[in-house]
Amino acid sequence: MTHAHQLTADAVTLAYGDRTVVTGLDLAIAPGKITVIVGANGCGKSTLLRALARLLAPKEGQVTLDGLSLQQQPSKKIARTLGLLPQRPIAPEGIAVADLVGRGRHPHQRMLARWSARDYEAVADALAATGIADLADRSVDELSGGQQQRVWIAMALAQETDILLLDEPTTFLDVAHQIEVLDLLTDLNRDRGTTIVMVLHDLNLAARYADELVAMHDGRVHAIGDPDAVITEELVRDVFGLESRVIEDPLTGKPLVLPSGRHHVRAGVPTGTNG
Amino acid sequence: MSTTTSTSTAPANAALTATLLAGRRIRARRRTALTTGLVAAVVIVFVVSLMVGNTFYGLDKIARVILGETVPGASFTVGELRLPRASLGLLTGLCFGIAGVTFQTMLRNPLASPDIIGISSGASAAAVIGLVVFSLSETAVSFLALGAALVTAGAIYLLANRRGFAGTRLILIGIGVAAMLDSTVSYVLSRAASWDLQMAMQWLTGSLNGATWASVTPVLIACVVLIPMLLLHDRQLAVLRLGDDSASALGVHVQRTRIVLIVGAVALLAFATAASGPVAFVAFMAGPIAARIVGPGASLVLPAGLIGALLVMVADLVGQFAFENRYPVGVITGVLGAPYLVYLLIRSNRSGGSI
Repeated sequence: MTHAHQLTADAVTLAYGDRTVVTGLDLAIAPGKITVIVGANGCGKSTLLRALARLLAPKEGQVTLDGLSLQQQPSKKIARTLGLLPQRPIAPEGIAVADLVGRGRHPHQRMLARWSARDYEAVADALAATGIADLADRSVDELSGGQQQRVWIAMALAQETDILLLDEPTTFLDVAHQIEVLDLLTDLNRDRGTTIVMVLHDLNLAARYADELVAMHDGRVHAIGDPDAVITEELVRDVFGLESRVIEDPLTGKPLVLPSGRHHVRAGVPTGTNG
Repeated sequence: MSTTTSTSTAPANAALTATLLAGRRIRARRRTALTTGLVAAVVIVFVVSLMVGNTFYGLDKIARVILGETVPGASFTVGELRLPRASLGLLTGLCFGIAGVTFQTMLRNPLASPDIIGISSGASAAAVIGLVVFSLSETAVSFLALGAALVTAGAIYLLANRRGFAGTRLILIGIGVAAMLDSTVSYVLSRAASWDLQMAMQWLTGSLNGATWASVTPVLIACVVLIPMLLLHDRQLAVLRLGDDSASALGVHVQRTRIVLIVGAVALLAFATAASGPVAFVAFMAGPIAARIVGPGASLVLPAGLIGALLVMVADLVGQFAFENRYPVGVITGVLGAPYLVYLLIRSNRSGGSI
C-alpha cells in the first residue's frame, strides 16, 4: 500500500436506544496490521466493529477515517476504502458466485455505467486469491459453509479496500475451515498490505493470528498490544471471569490459553489461581 | 487450499477475466432477448385486444383509428372503448408488476407484495370512499389513494419495526391490516346509494370495465415519472438484497434508498389501484414469474412490469370472451393467484422462514 489509511475511534460512546454498550472508547487501528478484538459475550466488541464500519452512529465522540468523521463523508467514498464482512450476510436465492462477488464492485461503479475492464479484473483477482475460480458459475446456495465464507471474502476483496472489517468470520465453520479462512486473511494482509480488523471468539486463534490484540471488557478497552504481552492468566480472569493456565504454543511460540474449569483438571496440577 | 491462495499470476487471472467477461456478455444478451420477447408479447396482446370484441376489426382499421382517421363504427368502439381499456390494462399491469417486485426484492420475501400486506387495500379503501362518499374526480381519487397507500405503508412499517425489524412480522401485520381495510371497502359499498355489482367487483377484485381516457391519464403520468426513477435505483436494489449491513458497507445509503423505493412503488400501486381497483394478485405473481423467466441474479424490475401487463391484459381478454358470462379481470387473476399463494405458504413453512 502506498498510503496507509488511518481508522480511529475518538472517545466514542455507543448505544442501542437507551442501552449504552460502549463508553468513551479510544482506539487507533494500526495500519497494515491484523487487529483482533476479543472479549466476553456482550462486552461491546461487535458493537465497536459496527461503529468502525459506520453501521452505527456514535452517541458521543466520533469514528474518523483519515481525520474525517465517517458520518460526514459520502457512503460510496468510504466504501472504496473501508470494507465489511458482516456476521450473517444474505445470499440472494440462486445467485452465481461470480455475480455475488461482482456486487463488491458497487462502490466503484457509477449509476448507469457498464462494467469496466477494471471491474472484471478485480472480480477475477478476488476469485483467484480466495481459490474459488472454479466455482465462478456455481450457485452460492449449493456451496459448503467454508466455500460460502470464501465467496463473501472474495466479494469484500473485489471491493478493493485498504481496510477490511470482519465480524466473527469463523463462526459456523469447522476447525479446518477456520484455519483456512484465517490463513487466507493473513495472505491478504501480507501480500496486499490490507489492514484487517476482526472480532474472534477463540482466544487461541486470536493470539495466533493477531499482530495487535484488543481485549474488551464492559464496553472499554481492557488491554491492547502484542498478544504475547496481552494474554496472561490475569487478563483471562479479568475479561472472561475464567481461571486458566497460559503456556507457550509449541507450534507458534504464541500464548496458548488452557481453561481450567471445575472438572477434569488432574489433582496437583497448578492452574491459574495458584500456579 | 493454502497452495491456491494469493498467487496473483497475471496470465491465469487474465484468462479468468476473459471468461467472466464472456459469461456476462452471454447473460446480458440472453436478458435482452428475453426482455425484447416480453415487449413483443405485450404489443401483440395489446393489438389483439383492440381487434376482438362483439365486432372484429382488422389491423388496417385499427391503424387508421390510432392515426386519428374517422372510421365509421371503429372510431367509437376501438378509439373510445377498446383503446382506453387496453391501455389501462397495460399500464396498471406495469405498475402492479413493478411495485410488487420492488417490495418483494427489498423485503427479500415473495409474500411481502403490496397486495398481500395491505397497501393495495389502503389505496382501494380510499378510492372507494372518495368515489362513493365524496363523489370526487378521477384525479382527486388518485391522489387520495396515494395518500392512503403511503399512510398504510408507513403504519405497517412502524408497527413491524418495533424492537427491531422482522420481515415475517411485517407480513403478518400487513395481512391483518389488509383484512381490516378490505372490510372497510365492503362496508362502504354496502352503504352506497348507487350500489351495483359492477362497481363492487371493481373495488373488491379489480376491473377494467370503467376504463376511460380520464382514468388512463393519471396512471400514464405516474408510469412516465416513477418507472424511470425506480429503474435508476436498480443497482442499489440489487445490493440491498445482500442485507442492510452488506449494502451499507458497499456504499448504499440504505435508509434513503429504501424510502425512495417504497414511495415510488407505493405511488405506482396507488395510481393503478385508483384507476382499476386492486387487480387481485398481479403484484404478487409478476415478480416470481419474471424470476423464473430471466433467472436468478438478474434485475427483475422491468421484466416483472411486462409480465404484470401481460397478466392483466390476457386475464381481461379471458374474462371478457372465454366464458358465457363476462367476468372482471380480477376474478381471473384471483383464480390464478390464490393457488400460487397457497403453494408459497406451504413452501415457506417447510423451509421455515423467508425465501
